[in-house]
Amino acid sequence: MGIGDSFVTAGDLDAERLTTINPDPESVQLLTPEGERVEHPDYEISLSDAEYCGLYRDLVMVRRIDVEATALQRQGELGIWASLLGQEAAQVGSGRAMAPDDMAFPTYREHGVAWCRDVDPLVLLGLFRGTNLGGWDPRAHNFGLYTIVIGSQTLHATGYAMGIQRDGGENAVIAYFGDGASSQGDVNEAFVYAAVYNAPVIFFCQNNQWAISEPLDRQTRIPLYRRASGFGFPGVRVDGNDVLAVYAVTKAALDDARSGQGPRLIEAYTYRMGAHTTSDDPTRYRLAAELEAWRLKDPLERMRSFLYKQQLAEKSFFDDLDAEADDLARNLRRACREMPDPRPLEMFAHAYSDTPPLLAEQRDRFGTYLGSFAEEVAR
Amino acid sequence: MTILTLAKGLNEGLRRAMEDDPKVVIMGEDVGKLGGVFRVTDGLQKDFGEDRVIDTPLAESGIVGTAIGLAMRGFRPVCEIQFDGFVFPAFDQIVTQLAKMHNRSAGNVPMPVTIRIPFGGGIGAVEHHSESPEALFCHTAGLKVVACSNSVDAYFMVQQAIAADDPVIFFEPKRRYWEKADVDTARTPDALHTARVIRPGADVTVLAYGPMVKTAMDAATAAEADGHDLEVIDLRTLSPLDMTTVLDSVRHTGRCVVVHEAPGNVGLGAEVAARVTEDAFYSLEAPVLRVTGFDTPYPASRLEEDYLPDLDRVLDAVDRSLAF
Repeated sequence: MGIGDSFVTAGDLDAERLTTINPDPESVQLLTPEGERVEHPDYEISLSDAEYCGLYRDLVMVRRIDVEATALQRQGELGIWASLLGQEAAQVGSGRAMAPDDMAFPTYREHGVAWCRDVDPLVLLGLFRGTNLGGWDPRAHNFGLYTIVIGSQTLHATGYAMGIQRDGGENAVIAYFGDGASSQGDVNEAFVYAAVYNAPVIFFCQNNQWAISEPLDRQTRIPLYRRASGFGFPGVRVDGNDVLAVYAVTKAALDDARSGQGPRLIEAYTYRMGAHTTSDDPTRYRLAAELEAWRLKDPLERMRSFLYKQQLAEKSFFDDLDAEADDLARNLRRACREMPDPRPLEMFAHAYSDTPPLLAEQRDRFGTYLGSFAEEVAR
Repeated sequence: MTILTLAKGLNEGLRRAMEDDPKVVIMGEDVGKLGGVFRVTDGLQKDFGEDRVIDTPLAESGIVGTAIGLAMRGFRPVCEIQFDGFVFPAFDQIVTQLAKMHNRSAGNVPMPVTIRIPFGGGIGAVEHHSESPEALFCHTAGLKVVACSNSVDAYFMVQQAIAADDPVIFFEPKRRYWEKADVDTARTPDALHTARVIRPGADVTVLAYGPMVKTAMDAATAAEADGHDLEVIDLRTLSPLDMTTVLDSVRHTGRCVVVHEAPGNVGLGAEVAARVTEDAFYSLEAPVLRVTGFDTPYPASRLEEDYLPDLDRVLDAVDRSLAF
């Protein structure tokens, strides 16, 4: 027997994967990929025409920001960008399901949720351009800072929810994370803490099938949503490319959490259509056929078909929306290019709530050192 | 005045902090009914309830990670890490999140979290129960690090750490938990980030903190018999260092010995030596010497008396300093 004989070949694995992305009977869906409304026994949604149109607008704007950011990275204006392409419905559906007082703790890819929480897209670009480390006020938006260490924020979300339990708040919390993060100790500790304290936190996993190059089968042997039962709270899988289903499922989970029923796990089954980041090359590890299969499930297309079929919007709505998105992108591009670099001494400003004497001394010496170049030029 | 053990001083300080501010919560393993394995939180859950004295699951990253979330919600969590060697599961949360959150948020998110860690050896314990990891935290920008050495400081410093808006790693000398002292709870304490000259002297400055303060004081008493007058400073604050007090002392003694249980390599002593050399070079009569644990993993407890700096090793360093 040769060395490789006992291994499944890469081709077999890919074939297996293509079968796993077929519609999952356990997954909650309210809108088929063709834009047909379907019913689900446990979840319903009834929005006004304007609200349906509003969700579609969010999807379009979020995708436009993402496309623009990718272009800006290619042009050297951003150091890196983590695209959300393909995950717009999971983010907009869950983001819009939150009440204003609810708190979200994102990873570094939640641009769609940031949009729903009114975080200026330019501030997001600043993080990837290297002009800030986050920089928005989480309390002003009820949206935590982007967290790059995988899974850390799930514990912060749980602690925040424990705080709500202690100060009589009536809000709930969403912890965003991905399929890769589900392997992290912190995520599992967060599940334990949330469960034993019955904390009002929703664990929202965007299973986009890939953790950089590692497929889902490197993280789990069971569907991720079923992990919840081992921790003692309910888990549900939702079609992550169906904005209506994500909205309905998340809203129900938040309502449950607010009414004291404890944590929930939502697995939004979706797909990362782009690279992990602009530094990644997915052609090294996945097949174009997989991408094509998911392209047929595009979250924007199905909502667009729905609006057309239900005659919820005129053609002018779509035309106006495209123009609005282009305007946003144009303004964003210009503002990004004009964004000033921070000044060197600013790095000392917020290391502590005060500046300890030795740090102030270091800062002042560096300031003098920098100033000496100006003097030299003047001479 | 009340005579309190160091552990009871901490306990009274925690009680006072909880009375003063309803947002103060204590969390950790066995801190509730048991009162902590060292009884530092004894009786607090009974008086303040399970919502404010929280027995946590046995997961240290979870303790610190959820404390960060509680702080974001406006609370002032005080985390107990049961033993020094068990802080490492939480090290990621401390270094990548707790220490950086204020800076990451451009000052929008304060992190008033205190992490209490019993540290150091001398109690005959098994592995991971006798370590001195303070330098790891001092090296991490965004954290403040202090160590108390006696009941009075225990009482006041823990309250000051809790009241601070920055994360404070609070080291407690576990082998001194049962040492007693008079505590006047009505007095005004020194500022948290100041060192203190606890024995004035003219010949050699001896710097120590936590459990080594008593060792340094014993050495100073013994040195008197040899006619040497040691000045002993309790550093108290390890990050930021109070170099003003240290330099004032070294400028008049001209000699400096730093004592700690932690390994010498890249330890607090190295930082102090570098700073003293940079800022008081012309006052020095001898190089700054260090008396520390060895650069080995902490040994089996039957060897710890050899590993840990003691009175004689301090005096040996004092003699070497004076011989220059």
